[in-house]
Amino acid sequence: MEINYFEVLRAGINTTFQDEGRNNLYHIGIPFSGAMDYRNYLIANKLVGNESGSAVIEFALQGPLLKYQGSQINIAISGDVNFELKKGNKKFQGNCYESYTLDNNDEINILSTNKSVYGYLSINGIFDIKYQWGSCSVNTKANIGSNSGKKIKDLQKINIKNIHNNFTKKKLDFINTKIENIRVIKGTNFNYFSEKSKKDFFSKDFNVSKLTDRMGMRLEGPKIENIVDTNIKSEGLLKGVIQVPADGNPIIMLSDHGTIGGYPKIASVVSADYDKLVQIPPGSKIKFKEVKLSDAETLFKLYEIETQSLISKIQ
Amino acid sequence: MIKNISNLGDAAAYCDFGNEVDKKTNSNVIKFFKSIKNKNFDFIKNLTPSYNKLIISFDLKKTNFSKIKKLIENIEIIKDEKLLSKHIVVPVCCDSSFSLDIERVEEKIKLKKNEILENFFSKEYFCYMTGFVAGMPFLGDLDKNMRVKRLETPRVKVPKGSVGITEQFANVYTFESPGGWNIIGNTPLEIFNANNENEPNLINPGDSISFKMITIEEFKKINGN
Repeated sequence: MEINYFEVLRAGINTTFQDEGRNNLYHIGIPFSGAMDYRNYLIANKLVGNESGSAVIEFALQGPLLKYQGSQINIAISGDVNFELKKGNKKFQGNCYESYTLDNNDEINILSTNKSVYGYLSINGIFDIKYQWGSCSVNTKANIGSNSGKKIKDLQKINIKNIHNNFTKKKLDFINTKIENIRVIKGTNFNYFSEKSKKDFFSKDFNVSKLTDRMGMRLEGPKIENIVDTNIKSEGLLKGVIQVPADGNPIIMLSDHGTIGGYPKIASVVSADYDKLVQIPPGSKIKFKEVKLSDAETLFKLYEIETQSLISKIQ
Repeated sequence: MIKNISNLGDAAAYCDFGNEVDKKTNSNVIKFFKSIKNKNFDFIKNLTPSYNKLIISFDLKKTNFSKIKKLIENIEIIKDEKLLSKHIVVPVCCDSSFSLDIERVEEKIKLKKNEILENFFSKEYFCYMTGFVAGMPFLGDLDKNMRVKRLETPRVKVPKGSVGITEQFANVYTFESPGGWNIIGNTPLEIFNANNENEPNLINPGDSISFKMITIEEFKKINGN
């Protein structure tokens, strides 16, 4: 039997298997997980002719260096990613949103994401990995999902079970738009904060701190002053919810967040802005803009139409 | 039973059952949670019951807040109380190698170790919710004279299986994780098992729990050492 695999020569900072994540488990304490930037995840799969829902490799900031062993395979990378391909003695810069064919001994070197955080590597095949509750998505906190619930490590092998026969070269003309203004809906504890802080929240800049990962985005800026109680009775959280702990620095819950928490909720990021929010790298400035629920619903519909139209352009 | 339903962001309903944290309020939360869950609606993504809230997140591609609100207002609530309860006995070893914060608790509530443990093991507890990390149960209520605040500085690593108390609640750390609860013992029982996908949690909201004191020898035996 032929064996196809990637040898991980360098794992990168936070490289994990991801797919659409898992639902219906919050009540037992297991978060959604899944690809952080869902749109780019969908595009990566379509570029290699995969079914939606297939597993991809997600990387953050610095990605992996992979050496391929096996019979021909197609790969694609989505995001704003600087990467090189090595085919035989030839080394060249790769383009995102374009599929490439790899042969035995070829290498992919994912150097960095440009002014963004996450990127996705897809293959026209199936990784030989474990699924839990129907998803391979890794949750490192509870060691759930593929790869024993852990990040991909240096020198490990990533086995590929099956390569399908779709080798058509695919390409998409697409540039990710960046955002600084994050649209939010007021939270259930908005009135826990002083008048000045409510104004600051919607007018001042916040800095994305280095302590940002798949669980949460920590912000620094004007201190958000609580005038009621810095704790609430622990209750459910969702991705996009912005909590303010006693120190006054907001935290935005991201895909691997704890399922319950006891800090007041000042606001929630609208669904339409989530994919772009997670791509804002540490050190950047962001601002919050308030929108009404009905506007948020419309924004999501438009975002969804745009995503579907991008996907349908890849043939 | 629900006092108010509001939106949390654009893809979730936030159901408020009142300010009280007691068994009665929480039982109402759990009844709603189970009634909705039993329907297996494909447009509902997640349900998070807690002491006095139920958060329902939904797929914005398939529905929206006003439809979900109507649905919650008209849902038929399960009457069968049996759905709510299972009784579980959790063995706990309070050997000094496990009861990391017992001296702190003794000092704070002015009771001796044997008095604290006697009280702790004599009671039956109710599971209000599970979560934060996978499978962690929030159990109550501790007697008034047993209540102690969180550690001023949380531990970076609380050992797996640690049994902690804070304020009116007890919990079990299902994973080694950071945490600020006062640790008084450790259980060798597997409270969360990801390989059992149908029933990963040993303890679920609505269950009743009692703790049984075991010796270090019994602990090692159960733990397979």
